[in-house]
Order: sequence, then C-alpha cells, then structure tokens
Amino acid sequence: MIATHLPALQVALPLIAAPLCILLRRDRYAWAFTTLVCWGLLAVAALLLDRVMSEGPISYRLGGWAPPIGIEYRLDGVNAFVLLILAGTAALMMPYARQSVEREVAPERRHLFYAMFLLALTGLLGIVATGDAFNVYVFLEISSLASYVLIAQGRRRQALAASFQYLILGTIGASLILVGIGFLYAKTGTLNIADLGVRVHALGEAPAILAAFAFITVGVLIKLALFPFHVWLPNAYAYAPSMVSAFLAATATKVGAYLLLRFVFTVFGAPFAFGTLPLKEILLSLSLVAVLAGSLAAVFQTDLKRLLAFSSIGQIGYLGVGIGLASVTGVTGALVHVFNHALMKGGLFLAAGTIAYRLGTTDLSALNGLGRRMPFTMAAVVIGGLGLVGVPVTSGFVSKWYLVQGAFEEGLWPAALFVLLGSLIALAYVGRLVEAAYFRAAPADAEPVREAPWAMQLSTWALIAGSLYFGLHTELTVGIAERAAAALLGAP
Amino acid sequence: MTEHLVLRVISKLLVPPILLFALYVQMHGDYGPGGGFQAGVIFGAGLILYGLVFGAQAVQSVAPMRLLVTLACLGLLLYAGVGIASMIGGGSFLEYGALSADATHGNHVGIIIIEIGVGIAVASVMTIIFCVLAEWR
Repeated sequence: MIATHLPALQVALPLIAAPLCILLRRDRYAWAFTTLVCWGLLAVAALLLDRVMSEGPISYRLGGWAPPIGIEYRLDGVNAFVLLILAGTAALMMPYARQSVEREVAPERRHLFYAMFLLALTGLLGIVATGDAFNVYVFLEISSLASYVLIAQGRRRQALAASFQYLILGTIGASLILVGIGFLYAKTGTLNIADLGVRVHALGEAPAILAAFAFITVGVLIKLALFPFHVWLPNAYAYAPSMVSAFLAATATKVGAYLLLRFVFTVFGAPFAFGTLPLKEILLSLSLVAVLAGSLAAVFQTDLKRLLAFSSIGQIGYLGVGIGLASVTGVTGALVHVFNHALMKGGLFLAAGTIAYRLGTTDLSALNGLGRRMPFTMAAVVIGGLGLVGVPVTSGFVSKWYLVQGAFEEGLWPAALFVLLGSLIALAYVGRLVEAAYFRAAPADAEPVREAPWAMQLSTWALIAGSLYFGLHTELTVGIAERAAAALLGAP
Repeated sequence: MTEHLVLRVISKLLVPPILLFALYVQMHGDYGPGGGFQAGVIFGAGLILYGLVFGAQAVQSVAPMRLLVTLACLGLLLYAGVGIASMIGGGSFLEYGALSADATHGNHVGIIIIEIGVGIAVASVMTIIFCVLAEWR
C-alpha cells in the first residue's frame, strides 16, 4: 500500500519532520531524527527512480482530484533522477552535520537549524516532484525562505548581508516566475505542467506566451545563478555555515537547472524556445561567458570557500551549455553534470568546512603545508578539484565528454573550445590549492593541527568517492540521463 | 501606554469580542466567508492589540514563547496528520473523503480539522512575529 504513496511521502516526510524537530528541542535528538528522515527520503527516491525506470512515468493525485484540475505529482526519468541527487546528497551530508553545526551555530538555535534544513529540503524536493506550475512557485518560496535563514546563520556578520542580498535577488527571481506562470494560466486556463505543454503548443506565438517565456526564463536563470545573474552566489556560499554551503552548492542551483529544463522543454517545447526564439544563442553565449568568467574569477580568490563559489559559477555555465545545445547529447551532458557536480562540489565544500572546523579559517594562506597536517582532507580537496578540471577517471570528465561531443555534433566547435579552455583555467585554480597544500611549508609558528573528526571525514569522502566511482561506472548516471534527455526532447 | 486611559479601557473591552469573532470565523468557514487563515489572523490581532497597549510581556504571560512555538508546530502537524490519516484510510494524501465511510462526511471532517490546524498555526505565528519584533533590542 505504501508503495503507491511514495511520491507524496517524498515531499510530505521532511515537511512533517520539520515541526517535529522543533518540538524535540534537544539538538542531538533533532540531528539524529533529521538523519533518519534523510536516509528514509533517499530510500524513497531510490524506489521511485527504480519504478520510473522499469514501469515509466508515475502520476500521483494529491487529494484524489484528477489532473489537470487537481494537483498532480508526476515523476518521469528527469525528476526522479534529480530527486535521487537531492535526497542522496542530503543523506550523505548528515553524518557531517552534527559536529559542524555544533561548532558554527548557537546552541539554542541548533534544533531550529535542522528544522530549517528539512524545510529547505522539502521545498527543493517539492519543486522537482510536482507536476503543477503553481506548486513549483510555492515550493520555490519554501526552499528559498528556508535557505535565506540558513545562510544568515553563518558566524560572521557578512552572512546577514549575504543572506539579504540573496533574499532580494531570489524574491525578484521568484516573482518573475510567478508573473510568467500567471500569464500562462490566463492564456491557457491550466496549471498542470503536462497539460500546459499541450495547450501552449496550440497557441503558437501569442504575445502573452512570449511574455510568459521571457519572465519564467529570466526568473529561473536568477535562481540558477547563470552569468550575469550570479551576483548573489559568492557571498551566500562563502559566509553561510559549512553545512549550508555544501548543501546549497550541491542542490539549489541543480534544481534551477531542472526548472529550466522542465519549462523550456516540457512546457514551451524545444521548437518554440530554440526555433522561434533565439534561446540557444542567448543561453550558449551567457553560459560560455559564465564558464570563462567564473573560472577566471576563481583563480584570483584568496579564500577557499569563495574560490569554490566562483568555480560553481563556472560549473553552472557548463549546465547552461548542455541545455543550450538542445540536443540529446547536450542535455545528457547537463543532467550528468548536475549529478557529478553535486557530488564534487558538495564534497569540496564539506572539505572546506572541515578545514574551517580545525583552523577556524578558510583563507588560502592558512592552507600552506596543510597536505602533511590534514592529509585525508587535502587529498579529498585534490581529487574533487581534479573532478572540476575534468581529468579522466573522475566523473567531471564524463560530463565534459558529453558536452564537448554535443558541441561537435551541432558543429559548434567554438563552444567545445571554450569548454576545454574552462577546464584549463580550472587547472589553474586547483593548482593554487595543490601548491599551497603540498609545495609550501607550514609557517614555523603554526599551531599543530589534527585531522578532522571521522564523521566529517566520512561524509566528505562518501561524496568524493562517489565522484570517482561514477567517473568509472557511467552506466547508472549516463544511462538514466540519456533516457531522460531523450524523453525531454521527444526523441524516440 | 499607561497614561492612555481611553485606549486601555476600550482595548480591554474589544479583545474578548475579537477573540470570540475569530472562533466564529473559524467554525463558520465551512459555510460562509472565513476559514482557518482569516480566523488565525483575527485571533492573533486580538493578542497583538493587547500587546500593543499593555506590552509584549503581558502577552507572554498568557502565551509564553515556548507555548506559541509548540502550537505553531502542532497546527502544521494537525494539517499534515490529516494527510497521513487519509492515506491510512485508503485515499491519497489529503483525500479527506477517505476519512469516513461516507465521502461527503469525510470531506466535512477533513476540512474542519485542517482549518483548525491552519488557524492555530497562523494565530501563533502572528503572535510570535509580534513578540519577537516587540522585544527586539
């Protein structure tokens, strides 16, 4: 019986767990409970993905009302895959959370921190699981409001400013999406995403549809933090608590990429977005600038978390390239990169957090000679960094392989060149980390540093090892992503 | 506001009818305009009026922060609990019809419980926001 309710449970479980966390009060209990819920969610997501892969799309009627009038949760290869990424990263990060949160968050706020974390997760899972456009907006607000609160918990005062900046831009983005959905609803009379796809197609190039497309695309790009809408991201990631940086870097922008895919391909359709309108040119040029500018900016950062944040802006560019190519290979590359980047960047931010845990700072000068003093953590940073570069054997190579291949298929060799150039620049900033950690001596007056606690190591290495594993065994990621991309593009 | 006698007396007179009216809107939401959110806001407004005139501490003595937070959580849990109960009853999430053998009856029961949950949560959250801002230093 419970199997039929899995789509609802995927979103309802963390929503119910959040107030229970507040009622538990003791932070250890709240942490244990949140961990349990996250692993439960991972199990649900895995079961759902398995069922979608074997039996095709699942439709769940919320409240028993039939779609398109009622709210439908609709799972296909794309969102079941993204749900697995969200639940998986959350579950793998939970062992890390206890010590990191104890260090960075005030005692009376810790159980509230976990409640907010669960609400952010609820929002993200809800955006992905739902098949209703207005639901997307509601869940977007839930996840965004929870994220602002989480970011503001950072220890430094700048965290408040960073959170406020994200609040302003995030609200603008969400409002644009809402206006766009409003136009769609006014024109078609439906909010069901699958139904919208059919009706929008019939309307052709009505001005209201063009306006809806513009509003939604720009709104989603702000949430995705694609250049030039990325300004909120570096501060938000740099000043948030370590756990939050890692979680948001691994999930929030990935959900933005999912929204872009869903709206462009399912609602508006590739012929409209890429044929009638010049989304391809816009998306590709913005993404390629993002790849170069983000990676270049990362080279000149003096703080590890900021460096990783700017590197994220570059990596988001790769997602944009894949989506902008609008071919099965390109979208496959983007989806695989969503998965791989969640593992790599999540692992790297966790490693940065363990460094902050032991040293109290993530300044690059503090990294000098750290390769000997915290060998496991720095090894994780190097492997994750090589993944960002896209060295073979790491999973970053797999996604870039598909992106470059997709660019050549479309005859866009400059795009392929830019992707490779981005990798070279990534080599420069990862090189700075390696140089500091292994080729510079620790200052003579440096205090002795122990390796980080094992639970924090466990989470970091689980994600980093995952990124290695999926670099060698691509059947799961590429297999699912290829089918999902083919379904999105309507190819056989 | 200790010196404003008129304000003190009038608001003392007004608070009980406001709270009562909130309960009316809550229970009447099934048949006419109203419902949990509106009722919660009105109930919260009653407490906030009391707090504005007699100080947030006075509100806290009736409704301590711990109680308010617990109530806000319980309101949400009541709502979600109906969803889970309708799953156990054989329907889908929030399909209230499944709460009773008679679907119409089940719909009535479900919507009333959900609206009560919304009312409790909204009233407590409104009061929490007021108290937190009032005690901001």
